[in-house]
Amino acid sequence: MTNGNHSKPSNRVVILGALSAIAMATARIYAAEGAALMLVARNPDRLKALADDLRARGAVQVETASLDLEAASTDAPRHMADWKAKLGGIDHIHVIYGYLGTQVKASADPMELARITSSNYSTAVLWCEAAANILRTQKHGSIVAVSSVAGDRGRQSNYAYGAAKGGIALYVQGLAHALAPTGARAVAVKPGFVDTPMTDDMKKGGALWASPEKIGKILRRAADKGGPIQYAPGIWRMIMLVIRTVPSFVFHKTKL
Amino acid sequence: MSTHFHPSNTLVSWGRVVKATHLVARPRFTDEIGRLVRGFSATEPGLAVGLRRSYGDSNLNPGGYVIDMTALDRLIAFDADTGVMRAEAGVSLSQALQVLVPRGWFLPTTPGTRFVTLGGAVANDVHGKNHHSAGTFGASVTRLKLHRTDGAVHELAPGDALFRATVGGLGLTGVIEWVEFRATRIPSAEIDAQDTPFDHVHEYFDIAAERKDRYEHTMAWVDCMTGGSKVGRGILSSGNWSPNGELKAHQEEPKRKIPIDAPGFALGRLTVCAFNSIRHDLKTMRAGPYRQHYEQFLYPLDAIAHWNRLYGSRGFYQYQCVLPPETARDGTLELLETIVASGQGSPLAVLKDFGSNPPVGLLSFPREGTTLAVDIRNQDEETLELMETLDGIVASAGGRLYPAKDGRIPAALFQSGFPKWQEFRAHVDPGLSSAFWRRVST
Repeated sequence: MTNGNHSKPSNRVVILGALSAIAMATARIYAAEGAALMLVARNPDRLKALADDLRARGAVQVETASLDLEAASTDAPRHMADWKAKLGGIDHIHVIYGYLGTQVKASADPMELARITSSNYSTAVLWCEAAANILRTQKHGSIVAVSSVAGDRGRQSNYAYGAAKGGIALYVQGLAHALAPTGARAVAVKPGFVDTPMTDDMKKGGALWASPEKIGKILRRAADKGGPIQYAPGIWRMIMLVIRTVPSFVFHKTKL
Repeated sequence: MSTHFHPSNTLVSWGRVVKATHLVARPRFTDEIGRLVRGFSATEPGLAVGLRRSYGDSNLNPGGYVIDMTALDRLIAFDADTGVMRAEAGVSLSQALQVLVPRGWFLPTTPGTRFVTLGGAVANDVHGKNHHSAGTFGASVTRLKLHRTDGAVHELAPGDALFRATVGGLGLTGVIEWVEFRATRIPSAEIDAQDTPFDHVHEYFDIAAERKDRYEHTMAWVDCMTGGSKVGRGILSSGNWSPNGELKAHQEEPKRKIPIDAPGFALGRLTVCAFNSIRHDLKTMRAGPYRQHYEQFLYPLDAIAHWNRLYGSRGFYQYQCVLPPETARDGTLELLETIVASGQGSPLAVLKDFGSNPPVGLLSFPREGTTLAVDIRNQDEETLELMETLDGIVASAGGRLYPAKDGRIPAALFQSGFPKWQEFRAHVDPGLSSAFWRRVST
């Protein structure tokens, strides 16, 4: 599904979990810049619709790979090499796929708990590491993984998800340290509330809710600059500082 | 993660008069449409809506199901050589322009806001300042895909009976999945424009008639505060695409926004302020020709997000009618005199002459003649009485009202204004309905 346009891309970008609302918003920014994109997600028909959209919006090349990212993660180095060949190189890798799940279900059902951990952490780190090995050698580029403010403090309502998202941030922070001498970068972005299908069962609206487009802009910028842990939007750094600081004898009285 | 319906009490139309609860689903992919649409029935009808720029209740289904189409916003194909674009129904005109303009293309026609979806542009067969030269949006639609609630899916083209019902069909003939239309070539993104003042509405007609052959875009702002010998004074602005200038698309985000409802005591003053830029033009009119980017020329009000909040929490109506050429002069004068005397109209109204292009849809609003549009703040009885008086003038002039703007038209006026409505009704999907349709189809 290569685009006929052979002009040189501004960036060559791999997006894992390309069909999420945040990923689609991010991909559109790259498309408008004239990037070459590799979109990875499960549903091939939806990937095709997304690829058509991004081509019309200016992407010079759009490739798709229909893949179960959790199942394929142990094969991450081979896939990553394949995509690098298809794009003629890789500048940025966005790890966006994830699974919110519910804590109540996770506490009762080991399959739910395993899925939350696998999707948000244990398979995600395999993709990050495979990407890091490419960046380490080429000495440029970035990994941007989506973490969450839920990863900043364990809370009764979603500690399975929070722990996994906190874990990926810690892993990426370590990668950023490891890559620093080479000039390549790694960033964990921690969004707060985002209006996406993942949060459709929550009550939405209000000042703290961000659009996928807003988060997409932050992810795009994170690929170029900023520290290893970025909050999206920035106000969440202050909010989470407060939440982390509340002593447990107070915190345990809340229903957060 | 399958999309389902959630109760919402925040879904309102642009006029914000009706506050109701809806069950809303917002699909992200077109493969979800079929399942959602098949769930609708005559006893529990649904409606697909876009960016909800229709003013009244044609885009509302209080207490019932609504599919919010705005996340179905992908382009499917764009051929930069032919200008043919196919895109999902939730793509906004604004987003389409971001792709069209840098490649030397423009929408065939556009309403005064770019924040409408393609599906909405078809369902209301929207028109713009270039109606006399380009016709309505529907005239440039080459194909569309429609889902019926019985599970049937149609790809329609001009000439199909269901196509004629769907263009201007207010979303009642099925749910539009995608629209294909032919864009129009532009040499630049700028417009060579000029403003001409007139001291009386009769003068407007003379100037408009003379301008329409020489200018692709024309429309007039009319002062609704002044009566007597200067009733209907205003400014006619006209323009053509400039051969000089860059092909630069507009800035996507509005520059300013109205964050909250205007409080009651501030209403009059704030409304005046909001239209200040335009009023400024009225006072210190540009003497000679000027060049302006299409963003300012075609979409002046889009610069202020949520400007509808200026009319306060009770909302407002817009009254838009068209009168045939034979009655337009006297009828428009009478309408303006009535509005000025009531003191209820917004400071400015819009006047525009439509061309004689044959209508594309059975319910297309534009017809040859003159259209007048004026905002009226909702003050309940008083407001409804004024509009009833205006209805009388429109009816005796043989005119019609624009469903996209309407929230209170009596069934009789709708039916006399749209003589093909019975033919249209035969194409209505029994599983789809709106507050507007329930009111006018009885």
